[in-house]
Amino acid sequence: MSENQIYTLTVNGSQREVKDSWIGESLLYVLRERLGLPGAKGACEQGECGSCTVMMDGAAVCSCLVLAASAVDADIKTVEGLAPDGSLTDVQQSFINNGAVQCGFCTPGLIVAIHNLLDSQPNPSELEVREAISGNICRCTGYGRIFAAVQDVIEQRGATR
Amino acid sequence: MTVHSPRTIDQAVTLLEKYPSAMILSGGTDFMVEVNFNHRKPSQVVSTRAIEELRQWNIDHDTNSIFIGAGVTYSTIESSDIAQAAPALAEASRTVGSPQIRAAGTMGGNLGTCSPAGDTLPVFAALDAKILLASNAGRREVSFADFMVGPKKNSLLAGEMVLGVSLPIIEGWQGYAKVGVRNAMVISIASACLVRNASDDSVRVALGSVGPTIIRARAAESWWLDQGAPRSSSEMHTEFGARCAAEASPITDHRSTAEYRRHAIKVLCTRLAARSTSR
Ligand SMILES: Cc1cc2nc3c(=O)[nH]c(=O)nc-3n(C[C@H](O)[C@H](O)[C@H](O)COP(=O)(O)OP(=O)(O)OC[C@H]3O[C@@H](n4cnc5c(N)ncnc54)[C@H](O)[C@@H]3O)c2cc1C
Ligand code: FES
Ligand code: FES
Repeated sequence: MSENQIYTLTVNGSQREVKDSWIGESLLYVLRERLGLPGAKGACEQGECGSCTVMMDGAAVCSCLVLAASAVDADIKTVEGLAPDGSLTDVQQSFINNGAVQCGFCTPGLIVAIHNLLDSQPNPSELEVREAISGNICRCTGYGRIFAAVQDVIEQRGATR
Repeated sequence: MTVHSPRTIDQAVTLLEKYPSAMILSGGTDFMVEVNFNHRKPSQVVSTRAIEELRQWNIDHDTNSIFIGAGVTYSTIESSDIAQAAPALAEASRTVGSPQIRAAGTMGGNLGTCSPAGDTLPVFAALDAKILLASNAGRREVSFADFMVGPKKNSLLAGEMVLGVSLPIIEGWQGYAKVGVRNAMVISIASACLVRNASDDSVRVALGSVGPTIIRARAAESWWLDQGAPRSSSEMHTEFGARCAAEASPITDHRSTAEYRRHAIKVLCTRLAARSTSR
């Protein structure tokens, strides 16, 4: 694939054509600037903050470190694809209920990372929760309300199982 | 810039021959940082993402060894049977970056970057790993000691790529420890891998971030053997740690001073020696 070649990504279940892009663009940039999906946020662009976290082939990764043009075969899911349009996931609702959002910049990345954790480990210990979001930096909340939000989801999901 | 996505090793090495200046892309966790900050604008990129074979590993009980493909990620190393065959490698992988970095970053990328702070490298040095390389001209195997030749320098030739690493499976305790500024996401300031061989109670110890390449503390290794069994006293472990530190050759940089690095090696090696006998 060269310079401005058109390529196709699979994002949130649909095929999205990427046109007029420079081939060295990161997936984060392509999602936000080419495909109109501004959910993933860019802060450090070097893998340190996690605000750009998306799911790629079932793993949570930093989209700023993915060369978009190399992700043509991958199944990509962004925060926009977690719940149908106009609705919220239980994790998103719990963030609101617990006041776990202040400036909100870290929130989309955290939501993706927490869904990823709870999908593979429905009943994580507090240490496992801390570990799972150790790549997501929040400079506002002090994390207390984020842990409370996760704890609520664990309990709700446990009660309905 | 052109991105190639070969599906086989043969296709990849053909591309690498055709474009000798091409850069290999694996997990992107080092590569994309450079591209994002305009430190690198490669004209040709060969992505290994679609090469299924690079993501395989194989435990061979006849030769007591394990071969791990270059595209295997840290999270796979931690969570698969690789962790039982090479516990120190799993421990080292566990310390890399964050869950997101471990899900994307690969062992082949760690070897490609070849930073003295690369966390898998002391494990490869301690285990005398063999690195399997391929080019369009054929395959060759080099010892890790001949592979890493300086800070961020390896002996890969133009057109060559890493296919994987072969490690012996050694009966006995092994572990990895590192010092950094905090728990998550730390680039090491000093690190050490210790492998104890149960059959003759010899040890191998390799030091990271305290020299231009990974350092094997060979004098400390032979001193260990000269001590009588059971080699379990805390005095002996402290002395061993001090001897390892004497073999380090650290520098002062933005992350730490040389003195602190040497001290950290002493503490880490003393601790690893103690852990190796406390089971
Ligand atoms: C936030 C963050 C934290 C990090 N923390 C750590 C840490 O704690 N410890 C640590 O060791 N590293 C750390 N790293 C560095 C990086 O994650 C590792 O070096 C990782 O192993 C690189 O692998 P990759 O697959 O992402 O490589 P890439 O970025 O894809 O490639 C890295 C280099 O290797 C070359 N390369 C890749 N594959 C091959 C191959 N098969 N053959 C030949 N050359 C190849 C590439 O051309 C490139 O030069 C961190 C990085 C980030 C962004
Ligand atoms: S923007 Fe990707 S980790 Fe910070
Ligand atoms: S809410 Fe502001 S960074 Fe987390």
